[in-house]
Amino acid sequence: MIRAIRACKTAAEERTVVRKECAAIRDTINENDQDYRHRNLAKLMFIHMLGYPTHFGQMECLKLIASPGFPEKRIGYLGLMLLLDERQEVLMLVTNSLKQYPVSIRNSFCFCILAFFYSDFQTNLNHTNQYIVGLALCALGNICSAEMARDLAPEVERLLQFRDPNVRKKAALCTIRIIKKVPDLAENFINSAAGLLREKHHGVLITGVQLCTELSKVCGEALEYFRMKCTEGLVRNLKDLVNSPYSPEYDVGGITDPFLHIRLLKLLRVLGEGDADASDCMNDILAQVATKTESNKVAGNAILYECVQTIMSVEDNGGLRVLAINILGRFLSNRDNNIRYVALNMLIKAVAADAQAVQRHRATILECVKDSDASIQKRALELVYSLVNESNVKSLTKELIDYLEVSDQDFRGDLTSKICSIVAKFAPEKIWYIDQMLKVLSEAGNFVKDEVWHSVIVVISNASDLHGYTVRALYRALQTSVEQESLVRVAVWCIGEYGDILVKNVGMLDLEDPITVTESDALDVVEMTVKRHASDLTTKAMALVALLKLCSRFPSCSERIRNVIIQYKGNLLLELQQRSIEFNRIIANYQNIRSILVERMPVLDEANFVGRRDGSLPGTASTPTGPSVNLPNGVTKTSVAPLVDLLDLNSDEAPAPSSSGGDLLQDLLGVDLPSTSEQFG
Amino acid sequence: MGIRFVLMVNKQGQTRLAQYYEYLTIEERRALEGEIVRKCLARTEQQPFLIVVDKIDLHMWLILFHCGQCSFVEHRNYKIVYRRYASLFFLVGVDDGENELAILEFIHLLVETMDRHFGNVCELDIMFHLEKAHFMLEEMVMNGCIVETSKSNILTPIQLIDKTS
Repeated sequence: MIRAIRACKTAAEERTVVRKECAAIRDTINENDQDYRHRNLAKLMFIHMLGYPTHFGQMECLKLIASPGFPEKRIGYLGLMLLLDERQEVLMLVTNSLKQYPVSIRNSFCFCILAFFYSDFQTNLNHTNQYIVGLALCALGNICSAEMARDLAPEVERLLQFRDPNVRKKAALCTIRIIKKVPDLAENFINSAAGLLREKHHGVLITGVQLCTELSKVCGEALEYFRMKCTEGLVRNLKDLVNSPYSPEYDVGGITDPFLHIRLLKLLRVLGEGDADASDCMNDILAQVATKTESNKVAGNAILYECVQTIMSVEDNGGLRVLAINILGRFLSNRDNNIRYVALNMLIKAVAADAQAVQRHRATILECVKDSDASIQKRALELVYSLVNESNVKSLTKELIDYLEVSDQDFRGDLTSKICSIVAKFAPEKIWYIDQMLKVLSEAGNFVKDEVWHSVIVVISNASDLHGYTVRALYRALQTSVEQESLVRVAVWCIGEYGDILVKNVGMLDLEDPITVTESDALDVVEMTVKRHASDLTTKAMALVALLKLCSRFPSCSERIRNVIIQYKGNLLLELQQRSIEFNRIIANYQNIRSILVERMPVLDEANFVGRRDGSLPGTASTPTGPSVNLPNGVTKTSVAPLVDLLDLNSDEAPAPSSSGGDLLQDLLGVDLPSTSEQFG
Repeated sequence: MGIRFVLMVNKQGQTRLAQYYEYLTIEERRALEGEIVRKCLARTEQQPFLIVVDKIDLHMWLILFHCGQCSFVEHRNYKIVYRRYASLFFLVGVDDGENELAILEFIHLLVETMDRHFGNVCELDIMFHLEKAHFMLEEMVMNGCIVETSKSNILTPIQLIDKTS
């Protein structure tokens, strides 16, 4: 059958083959053929793996489990574990009235396991039965539900002291399942779990250690108990393991059973966390592991990694911490990407404990941000982000922005948002903020989120002494990076607002190169934006507003502006068409109020903006009806409508396909509302 | 805690063995497998493979195709540790607290165990002896925790079945 499925070229063919096989299997199930039963089940497993429904086979599993031979039982249990699961079981309970399941599967399943346990205990324990007990435990450990856990807990507890180590280890893991399902039962297991820690058999020990770890997590009493009674024993265990001679059976890359090492360290971590005595007790061995473990193989590094994790979370010990951070530093410079990845991962956690020590590796971490591997980049970026503070923000941001220029497209989104939040959070002064944001906007403007460029505008409007500087810088940036949508938006807004400053070179700073921009140069830029096909609606709409504003800043050019605006009166996009018509009327008919109307925006309230962005403040824009009611009689009725529309761009009837951009416009212009209407009055 | 699933997938992205230690519906499983496989396979194709021969096992199957990319990928709330052996990918999904390097080592142990049993194991061995592959995995991992790390201990029950049948 598998061959047939493999031969299938298409998904449809595969489905036909599977359907046929399923039908055949159902037939043999109905015929109750003993010999083919386990082969059928093997087939079913394969079908299940391919992702087809196989619920009809569940009953077969039970039959196989009930059969006397070990191989049949084996595969029966396997099938059970794969095909049956908690949810289906519950489902079965609900539907147990269905004809094909006269007895509830769950009950019969429980019964089967119980029957095995009892028969195995009652008959003298012989060789095969050990394995069968093991099987039953394994199944129980993988799929048992809360009710079953309750019913079978005493059995499992007894099995923890079973003669055969293979059964003991499985019972231990089974217990983990039980206490996770029913945490109340945890207390009963504390003693027997502690007993497991004295074992010599590696399998039992590793499961015992895992059991203790889990017990300590669900039950505070257990944690205390293990802390008091077992810490020393565990330390001794670990010591023996570290110093153990070569044993071929458990050897991985020259280290005896690294898995056991790791589990022991993990349990020590749980015990040492928040307890000075226990931590003291394990200091020596941790130091020994950290210094003696060879680090040229994956296994050794895995142990070191775990050890560092333990050192970082147990109670403070300066010397050990330094050792741990040094190990991480070594990891960071390792050639193997996997090792670097875990080092970064660990350093993120270490920042909370000891930021100073991590700062020392800043240069290496920055290199990792530039790595070609996406997983490493992501980790490293997160780490850098948590390392930023007031003192290093300038140099780190510079590095990141430099890297932004050459980074991968996929990574830019993440990188940009991290840079933006760093800059916004730690900016020491406004001019630096503006500089950095302009760099980001011109490098990766397309990845910048709306609220980021909104806040850039707010900051610019607040920095009145930097208006000239900003608008000139933006003008310059716009010459080179027209493709970055959000840069264009910010630039157009600023040119609209501060066009006169741009032309007259007001507020020149010492560090600037002089630049001469004529009125028509400034207009060119805006006109180009409005005409560019790639610009989206928000940008074009913003450009139109800018044109309107420029028309009062540069009175000599108003005819040219009107010509541009007029071209949009037939535009297919309603928003642009409406603006075009309205603005045209303002330019042509209302020269007397035009200059007041398009006056420079009052300073945007930063706190208000931040608050609204976080959603803590309700929107403060006045309601659309407010100003039109209050308008003085001097203004004719016809102009009221466009005026209101102009000021309240997002009134309900206006289409807003790019709502996020529109929001800002409303914010910016909405804030303007009260002041303009006051001036009318 | 620990291991959430073990997957074996070939180069074409077909699942060859799947074992989950938490409940997912069949549809969820298919979707998850598809996403993970796409993610991991795409990563390994980005760079030419450097061939690193493991000194202990010199035969073909254990030639590790080691590529420059790191073997950990984050996906949803899992971390996926993967390793490629010839045409087969071994993917293990773990949760946050797990030691990734240890899992990497665990995958290797799994492969070595299979190798000892089948002798020069290949994709077809796993396909046609799916149940045995499952038995082995079951002896090694139970409910997401590692049970046994000794190869001979893992294989005794399986050899026992072979003897009786």
